[in-house]
Amino acid sequence: MGFARYIPIAFLVAGLVLVQQVTQHTGTTFYLTQLTMAAYYALVITGLCLLMGYAGQISLGHAGFFAIGGYIPAALTTYNLEPLREKWLVQTLDAAGLLTAGQDLYGQQVLHVHPWPSCILALLLTAGLAFVIGMPVLKLKGHYLAMATLGFGTIVYRVFLAMPLFGEADGISAVPPFPLLPGVTVSGDFAARTENYYIAFGLLIVGLLFLINLVHSRIGRAFRAIHGSEEAANAMGINTPRLKLQAFVISAVFAALAGVFLTHYNGGIGPSEASVMKSIRYVAIVAVGGMASLWGVFFMGILLNFMSLRGMFGTYDDAVFGVILILIMLFAPNGLLRLHLWQRMRRWRGVDKPKSRTE
Amino acid sequence: MQFCLCHGGLVFFMTPELFLQYLFAGVTYGLIYAIVAIGFNIIYNTTGIINFAQGEFVMLGGMTAISLHHYLPLPLAIAAAVAITMVIGALIEMVFIRWLHNPSILRMIIITIGLSILIREGALHIWGEGVRALPYFNGNEITSIVVLGVGVSPQVFWVLGVCGLMVAALYLFFKFVPLGLVMRACAANRVAATLCGVSTKNMVTFSFVLSAGIGAMAGCVVSPITYSQYDGGTNLAIKGFTVAILGGLGNSMAAVAAGLLLGIIEAFSISVVPLAFQDAIAIGILLIILFIRPHGLFGNRSAAMLKEF
Repeated sequence: MGFARYIPIAFLVAGLVLVQQVTQHTGTTFYLTQLTMAAYYALVITGLCLLMGYAGQISLGHAGFFAIGGYIPAALTTYNLEPLREKWLVQTLDAAGLLTAGQDLYGQQVLHVHPWPSCILALLLTAGLAFVIGMPVLKLKGHYLAMATLGFGTIVYRVFLAMPLFGEADGISAVPPFPLLPGVTVSGDFAARTENYYIAFGLLIVGLLFLINLVHSRIGRAFRAIHGSEEAANAMGINTPRLKLQAFVISAVFAALAGVFLTHYNGGIGPSEASVMKSIRYVAIVAVGGMASLWGVFFMGILLNFMSLRGMFGTYDDAVFGVILILIMLFAPNGLLRLHLWQRMRRWRGVDKPKSRTE
Repeated sequence: MQFCLCHGGLVFFMTPELFLQYLFAGVTYGLIYAIVAIGFNIIYNTTGIINFAQGEFVMLGGMTAISLHHYLPLPLAIAAAVAITMVIGALIEMVFIRWLHNPSILRMIIITIGLSILIREGALHIWGEGVRALPYFNGNEITSIVVLGVGVSPQVFWVLGVCGLMVAALYLFFKFVPLGLVMRACAANRVAATLCGVSTKNMVTFSFVLSAGIGAMAGCVVSPITYSQYDGGTNLAIKGFTVAILGGLGNSMAAVAAGLLLGIIEAFSISVVPLAFQDAIAIGILLIILFIRPHGLFGNRSAAMLKEF
C-alpha cells in the first residue's frame, strides 16, 4: 500500500507527455483533439465506475447529469442579458462581477454570465439534483433502479429537446472559452490544443487520484461491502443509504464537471449528449473496464471513446457498444482483465468444477 | 373544435366531443402499453428478469409487416411478421440467455439492454431512419365511424378488438391450456416444476416467443396510427414498464387496467402541457409509483412476492 498506488500515475503522466511529444514531432497533433474529448468522457466514466463497480448501483441516466453540466453553462454564457440590464438581479450580478460584457459579431453590446459562476452553479445544481433524485431512487434495486434512472435520463433528454431556452433540437452553439486561470483557457482553438490536452488530462488525473484515495479508504471498503451484500453491510453498521447517495452524488458531479469542460472545449452542446444511448455507452465502458477497476475503466474510457471519436466504428458506432455490452456480460461479467483464461480452459476440459456464481 | 379552450388547461370546460376524442386516443395507446406490459410480465414471471428489448419486438413486428406488405396481402404480411418476430424472440433466448448459469440481475439487465441496441441498430441499417406505416386495415386516413357523435378511425377499433382479443386469449391460455398451466407452474416454483418433469428452459424460450408474438401483433395493428420507426421501441418499453409497475409486476390483468389509466392520463395531459412533455408525464408517473408504491396500485407487498400471471 502506501505510495505504491501512486506509481501508475507517474507512468501515466510520462505516457501522456510522450504521446504529446510524438504527435508534435510527427505532425499529428490533430489526435490530441480527440484525446482531449476522450479524457472528458473518461471523467464521466471513472465517476460512474465508483457508483457501478464499487457501490454496485447501476445508473442509466448519467448522460443526463453530463448534459445538465453542459447545458447550464452553455445557456448562461450565451444568453444575452443586455436587454435586461435594468433589472435588479442583473445589476446585482453585474456589481458582484459575475457578468462579462462584450460585443457580438455585428458590434452589438452583449452581456453574459461569466463561465466561472455558471460552472459553479451547474455543479451545485447537479449535486442538488442528484441528492434529491438519489434519495428515493437508490432505495430501489435491480430492474427498478435501472428503469428509474433510465426514466430520469429520458426526462432530462426530453426537457432539453423541448425547451427553446436550450435550443431544442439544435442545441446551443458559440459557447465562449472558459478562462480557468489567467493564461489557462479551455477552448477549442487550434493554438490551445496542447494546452487543452494537458488541462483535460490534468483534470482527469485529479479526479482519478480522488477516486483512488476514496476507494482505498474506510468509505471505499464500505462501498465494496454494499456491493457484496447490502444486508450484510447494514448488519455491520454501515449506513448504506447514505453511502450509496454519496457515491451517486459524487459520480453525478464528475459527469457534470466533464459536461462543463467539454461544452466549453467544443464550443457547444446538443441534445444527443443527453440521450439514453450515451448513458448506455458509459455503462458499457465501465463493464468492459471491469466494473470495480478504476484503471481498467480509465483506459477503456480513453481507448473506446478515442476510437469512437475518430470514427473507427463508422455507422456502427452505437451497435459496437451494444455488441461490447453483450459479449462482456456473456463471457466476462467481471471485466476483460479478470477473465482468467487459463482457469476457463481447465474448466472447459473438465479439470475444475465451475464455481457457482451468486452475485 | 374547441382546441384553444382546452389549451388553457381547462379540462372541465371541454366539450363532450373533445372529451370522447381524447378518451378514444387514450384507450388506444393504453391498450398498446398494456400489451407491452403483458410481454414484460410473461418473461418476468418465467425468468425473473425484465427484458429491456420488449419494445423492440413491437417495432420489429410493425417494420417487418410493412416490408412484407410489398409482396404479400395485408393479413399474410402481418401473420408472417408475427411469425418472424417470434422466431427472433426464440433465437434471442436460445443464443443469449438459455445457457447462462444463475446470472445476476445486473448482468441480465445489461444483456437485454445490449440486445435492444443491437435490434435497433439492425433495424436502422435495414430500414433507415424513415417513418413508415402499414396502410389502414379499412378505408384510409380520413375514413371515420361516428360513435356517440364523434368521428373515430376504424383502425382504433382494430386496435381495441385485436388487443382485447389477445388479452382474453392469454387469460384463457394461462387458465385452461396445459402449456399455459405448465408456464404458470414454472413461475410459481421452478424447482417444483422441474421435479414434476417440466423443462423450465423450454418454458423460458416459449415465454420469449409468446411475448415477442403479442408485441409484434400490437406493433402491426397500431402501425397505421402511430407509424413505425427504428427507434420506436425504447419509448414503448419505458411506457410498458411503467404500466407493468403500475399494475404490479407480474400481474397481467392489472396491467390492462393500468395501461388504460396511463393512456387516458397521457391523452388528457395534452390539454394541460405541451406535446413535447407528454413522455415526461409517463416517466414522471413511473418515478412517483416506484418511490411510493413499487408493488403497484393494485397489488400488495406480500402478493408482489408471489409470481402469478
